[in-house]
Amino acid sequence: MDPLVLTESTIPDLKESRPRGRVSQALLIVGFIVLVIVALIMFVPFLFSLATSFKTPPDATKLTFRTMFWPPAPTLDAYRTAFDSNIGRWFLNSALVAVVWIVGRIAMDTLAGYAFARMHFPGRDLIFTLMLATMMIPGIVLIIPRFILLQHLHLLNTYGALTVPFLADVFGIFLMKQFFESIPLDLEEAARIDGASRYQIFRTIVLPNTIPALSALAIFSFQGSWNNFVEPVIFISGGNTNLYTLPVGLANFKSLYLTNWPVLMAIAVITTVPMALFFLVFQRYFISGNLVSGIKG
Amino acid sequence: MAFRKTTSPTAREDMISGYLFIAPALIVLTLFVFWPIVQIIWLSFHEWSVITPEKPWVGLENYRNLTKTRDFPIALRNTVWLSVGVVPIQTLIGLFLAVIANQKIRGRGFFRMAFYFPSISSTVVISVIFLWMYQQNGLINFILRKVGLPTPMPPWMSNPNGVIAMALKPLGVDHLNPWLAGPSVALLSIMMMIIWTSVGGTMVIFLAGLQGLSQDVYEAAALDGATATQQFWQITVPLLKPIIFFVVTLGLIGTFQVFDQIFVMSQGAPAKTTLTLGYLVYQEGFTNFAMGYASAIAIALFLIILAIYFVQRSVLRTDQ
Repeated sequence: MDPLVLTESTIPDLKESRPRGRVSQALLIVGFIVLVIVALIMFVPFLFSLATSFKTPPDATKLTFRTMFWPPAPTLDAYRTAFDSNIGRWFLNSALVAVVWIVGRIAMDTLAGYAFARMHFPGRDLIFTLMLATMMIPGIVLIIPRFILLQHLHLLNTYGALTVPFLADVFGIFLMKQFFESIPLDLEEAARIDGASRYQIFRTIVLPNTIPALSALAIFSFQGSWNNFVEPVIFISGGNTNLYTLPVGLANFKSLYLTNWPVLMAIAVITTVPMALFFLVFQRYFISGNLVSGIKG
Repeated sequence: MAFRKTTSPTAREDMISGYLFIAPALIVLTLFVFWPIVQIIWLSFHEWSVITPEKPWVGLENYRNLTKTRDFPIALRNTVWLSVGVVPIQTLIGLFLAVIANQKIRGRGFFRMAFYFPSISSTVVISVIFLWMYQQNGLINFILRKVGLPTPMPPWMSNPNGVIAMALKPLGVDHLNPWLAGPSVALLSIMMMIIWTSVGGTMVIFLAGLQGLSQDVYEAAALDGATATQQFWQITVPLLKPIIFFVVTLGLIGTFQVFDQIFVMSQGAPAKTTLTLGYLVYQEGFTNFAMGYASAIAIALFLIILAIYFVQRSVLRTDQ
C-alpha cells in the first residue's frame, strides 16, 4: 500500500519557486490586493492576542478602534500572573520533551531509514510497507490502547509518557530513506571495497553528508513535539501540573482563568514565539516538509 | 531464520546489520503503533473500564451500541458537516491563492510565509485565541457591529442553532430533520477557524503543483487567444487533478479526526452540536470509562478514514 505521500513523480520539488504565468497588469494589482487582505486576516488573530496580553482584563473587553491592536495602558500583569503560576516549568517541559524527541528520532529514524535504503535483509520491504500503512492512523484512534500500555509500563504521569512513544516515527524513517536513496552509491561502494564495515561507512561517509536531511528531521520533530496535544493531555492527569507542556498548560489554564483573557493570551504568545522564531529561520524546511508529509500526527 | 549455505559473508553481515539498524525504531513502533492496532480490535469486543477489574467479553455489543446510543450518530453527523463544509472551501481558497501567488507579484515569499504560519502553530493556541475572538465582547462581534452587520444571538460558541434551519426559518420552514438543519453556529465557528488555519497549507501544495506545470501549454493557449479564466479551468485545473485529489483526501482525513479544537473550545457543547467522532472517543473512553465502546468508535473512525483513502486511490487510478 502506498502511503499518502506526494512522491517526486506526483509533485516537483519546490527549490526556488519562480513566478510563472502572464496576466495583465490590472489583474496583477487585483491579485496583490487580495493577497494583502488575506495576509491581514492571517495576522489579525495573532496581533489581537499579542495586544490583549498587554492589557488589563477590563481594558481587554472594552474594544475600540484604537485599542483593538494597541493596549491603552500597556501592562505586564498578565505575564506576571502567568509566571506566578507554573508556566516557566511548562516551558522547560516543552523544551525538554522537544530535545528528547529530536535526539530519539535523529538516532532511530536515521538508522532505520539507512537500513531500508541500502541494506538487504529478509522482510525488509514487508516491514517498510507495514510501517507506511500506519501513517494515516490518527493519534486519537490509538489513544486507548496506548494509554493502557503506558499504564502497564507505569509510565502514565511521567516524562516517559510524553517522550517514549514518540522516539521513532514512520514519517521520519520515510524521509531519511528517501534521502539516502538520493545520494550516489559510489562513495559507499568504494569504502566497502576498502574493507570498511557497514557501521564505519555509515558513520564516516554517509552521516557527514546527511546534515540537511537531519536538520529537516529535527525541525519536524520540534514542530511535532511543541504542538503535540492529544497524548499529553490524556497521559498526564489534571493534578500533575509539574508535568504539563505548554499546550496542556494553556488548555487547563483556560478552565481556571476563563474570563482573564490577557493571561490566556500571554500564555498563547509565550507558546507561539519559539515556533515563530524557528519558522522564520527554517521556513524552507517547513514548507518542503508539508509537501512530502502525508498527515501530521 | 533458516541457515542458508548460499549466504555470502557480506550478505550475512548486511542482514545482521540491517536488523540491528532498524531494531530501535521497530521496537518503538511495535510497542506504540502495531501492538495498539491489534489491541484496539480486541478491546472493542470487551467491556473495558480502567476502574473495574472485570473486563467481560461482549462480542459485537459495542458495535451494536454505535447505532443504538444517541451520541455516535450525533457525532457522525457533526463530523460529516464539519468535513463537508471545510474541505471544499479550504481547497478552493488554497487553489485560488496559489494561482495568484504564482504570478509575478511583489513579496510572494512573504505572503507564502504569512499564510502558512497558522498551519504550523499550536492548535491549542489558535483555539484559545479564536475562543476569545468569538466572545460576545470579542473582536469578531466588535467588527461586525462597526460594519453594521448583525451578530449571532446567543453568541458564536454558545449558539446551538443549525445554520441551514436558521436560513430557512424566514421562508416558513420549521422543524427540519437534524441532518438537514446544518452545522450549528458554534460548529460553524470552529469550521471557519479550521479553514483559516489550513488554507496556507493547501496553498503551498498547490503552489508546488503549479510550479511543475509546463509553460509551453500556456504559451500555446495564449497564442490561440485563451483568456486567463479559460486557461485556469481548461489547463490548470485538469493538470492539477491529482494534487486536488490529494488535498481533498488530506482535508477529509484531517477533518474527520478533529479533537484539539473541540477539547479546548467547546467539549461538544452547546447541545452536543460540536461533538465530533474524535472527541467522542475521548469522552467515552476517559470520562465515561467505557474503553471498549470507545474502541469501537475509534475503529469506526479509522474505517471511515480508510474508506476515504481507498476511494481517492481508485478514483485516481481509473482516471489514468
